[in-house]
Amino acid sequence: MSVPQDWIPPKAGVQESRPSREHVVAGLKATDEGDPELVQLLTPEGERVSDPRFDSYATDLDVDALRSLYRDLVLVRRFDREGNALQRQGQLGIWVPLLGQEAAQIGAGRAMAPQDMAFPSYREHGVAWTRGIDPTELLGIFRGTDHGSWDPKASRFHLYTIVIGNQVLNATGYAMGQKFEGKVGEGPDSEATICFFGDGATSQGDVHEGFVWAAVYDAPVVFYCQNNQWAISEPTERQSRVPLYKRATGYGFPGIRVDGNDVLACLAVTRWALEECRSGNGPVLIEAFTYRMDAHTTSDDPSRYRLADELELWKLKDPIERVRVNLVREHHVGQEFFDEVQAESDELAARFREFCENMPQPAPDRMFSQVYAEPSPVLEAQRAAYLEYHASFEGV
Amino acid sequence: MAQTTLAKALNNGLRAAMERDPKVIVMGEDVGKLGGVYRVTDGLQKDFGEQRVLDTPLAESGIIGTAIGLAIRGFRPVCEIQFDGFVFPGFDQIVSQLAKLHYRSQGKVAVPVVVRIPFGGGIGAVEHHSESPESYFAHAAGLKVVACSNPADAYWMIQQAIASDDPVIFFEPKRRYWEKGEVDPDAEPQPLFASRVVRPGSTLTVATYGPMLKTCLAAASAAETEGHDIEVIDLRTLSPLDLDPVVESVRRTGRLVVVSEAPSESSITSEIAARVQQEAFYSLEAPVLRVTGFDTPYPPSKCEEDYLPDLDRVLDAVDRSLAW
Repeated sequence: MSVPQDWIPPKAGVQESRPSREHVVAGLKATDEGDPELVQLLTPEGERVSDPRFDSYATDLDVDALRSLYRDLVLVRRFDREGNALQRQGQLGIWVPLLGQEAAQIGAGRAMAPQDMAFPSYREHGVAWTRGIDPTELLGIFRGTDHGSWDPKASRFHLYTIVIGNQVLNATGYAMGQKFEGKVGEGPDSEATICFFGDGATSQGDVHEGFVWAAVYDAPVVFYCQNNQWAISEPTERQSRVPLYKRATGYGFPGIRVDGNDVLACLAVTRWALEECRSGNGPVLIEAFTYRMDAHTTSDDPSRYRLADELELWKLKDPIERVRVNLVREHHVGQEFFDEVQAESDELAARFREFCENMPQPAPDRMFSQVYAEPSPVLEAQRAAYLEYHASFEGV
Repeated sequence: MAQTTLAKALNNGLRAAMERDPKVIVMGEDVGKLGGVYRVTDGLQKDFGEQRVLDTPLAESGIIGTAIGLAIRGFRPVCEIQFDGFVFPGFDQIVSQLAKLHYRSQGKVAVPVVVRIPFGGGIGAVEHHSESPESYFAHAAGLKVVACSNPADAYWMIQQAIASDDPVIFFEPKRRYWEKGEVDPDAEPQPLFASRVVRPGSTLTVATYGPMLKTCLAAASAAETEGHDIEVIDLRTLSPLDLDPVVESVRRTGRLVVVSEAPSESSITSEIAARVQQEAFYSLEAPVLRVTGFDTPYPPSKCEEDYLPDLDRVLDAVDRSLAW
């Protein structure tokens, strides 16, 4: 340990503004070899492999289940790409791409039981898909007509949370409620909560506090961290000195790292974690080790902070391609199936686009609507005054 | 009728709300066995159990953030923040989530959370224990903000705040916790979001809330000996502001003094001054005057007698208004 008099201020200009090649490659090596603990059931080459810890959570994942997961992955990627295109064409103010994170989201989402509750951040389009939310419901947020139009109670998928990490505490509180209501334990109506956030969020106090609360109240909540390696331009190393999943130990609950580009592994691990919670053993931290293949948002320019090599390497781990290869090689699924899914995804994209382009402009008093559950006389007066003012332009 | 302290009135109100609705839970630091640092939750954990009176870890964002989740689940959490100056770690959850979820979901999600905050100075405390942060919350759309000033209001207002489907920031005047007043549990309570004329008068109007009500009533009594008939209004609700009774009063008296412990700049008192001059401009015989804390951080406690509005400063403003 250094003592204060040993400390010499760094020379100006020595600090690098972007990671060195060695830095990146070192990170990729860790990625490539995987942590010894990394859970994987489907290799990047599409080979089904065994993990004795989690095989029992994947026994039903036959060829039909794989086809279904493949369909999810392709459709979600397709409308995500359409969202990006719509932003580029001026139809959306912004889009938050999920490219590369399809498996992490579909795996987790498909592991949920209908009675489970999800708290997303703002990139969870794939999880929304698994909760039966039509992709068009996501558009209002990015076009600016609403802040999320789906019913969080009916879909059991909370609204997107933009402030980083806030939802981790909200999810923990919800899970405490599940426990207080006696919905934890053996039985068909037992419930759990799953909360989604990114690697950057782990630096937020709310995430730390959520971990503390969940641990001391044994809340049935799965903390699902999609480590996509970058918090806008800041690498994971800027957030933590230790692998993120290892942080759970300090709070007193299990942490596990899963290959976030392996939909089977994400599904199996999340099933296990949700069962832990439902039976009363929660919480659990899952680190889905994945990669954001696109920008943070359409306002971001990743070419300023990351290297092309990195992107190329992760392309080899594509979450969809490995399922396709497995379906072909191990289950002899023919081209016809893939063509069908492709056609379906094109139809979805067309419907998505048409819906977006035809979304009506909100009425002028939309902004006053539902600020309070009970009427506020001051706000009602403002609304009335503004509508009167607005009406004065009619016919002008 | 028995005299009850304001703290005990709150305790009785919380108890009544918890007995009425099993979804009401109390949560915060030290609210269980200790009964809260001001004993407002005294005995509740013993009677309602650890699941309805939660001694939480020490983190305000955690208290508010988990209360929001519990409310989404269908509970009605009442959070205790120990002191005014400690609410700021939870401020993000209050303004980013608590205030906006109903709007964001277009009414599909209600978050009926009450955040209780003992506020104000005058108790000789160290830094961060004597602040009046109410204007921050009144500025946030989606929140309702109230302040009680006496035991009867404390008893009813806490129950009404818990019953409200909107999030309510509930300010309690900590230096009045031990002052007694009559509480009639069989009375018909006044609506929560309404101000009240506490002392009718015809010469000048004083509008105030929370700990300053007592000070203003004392000032009105003192002014009476000099022949001034002062009307005193307890605002009770800071957002939405029930300003009509103030405007109506100013139309009769022609003069308004607004009193608050909070700093004056961009505050509740600024809001009242602006709106009253807008709505009662031709009735005013003098500008709206304000008696407030100063635009400084809350000072060391040996200076607080200078900082806090007192009887003399209120009377001085009354004299200046009358002399206009």
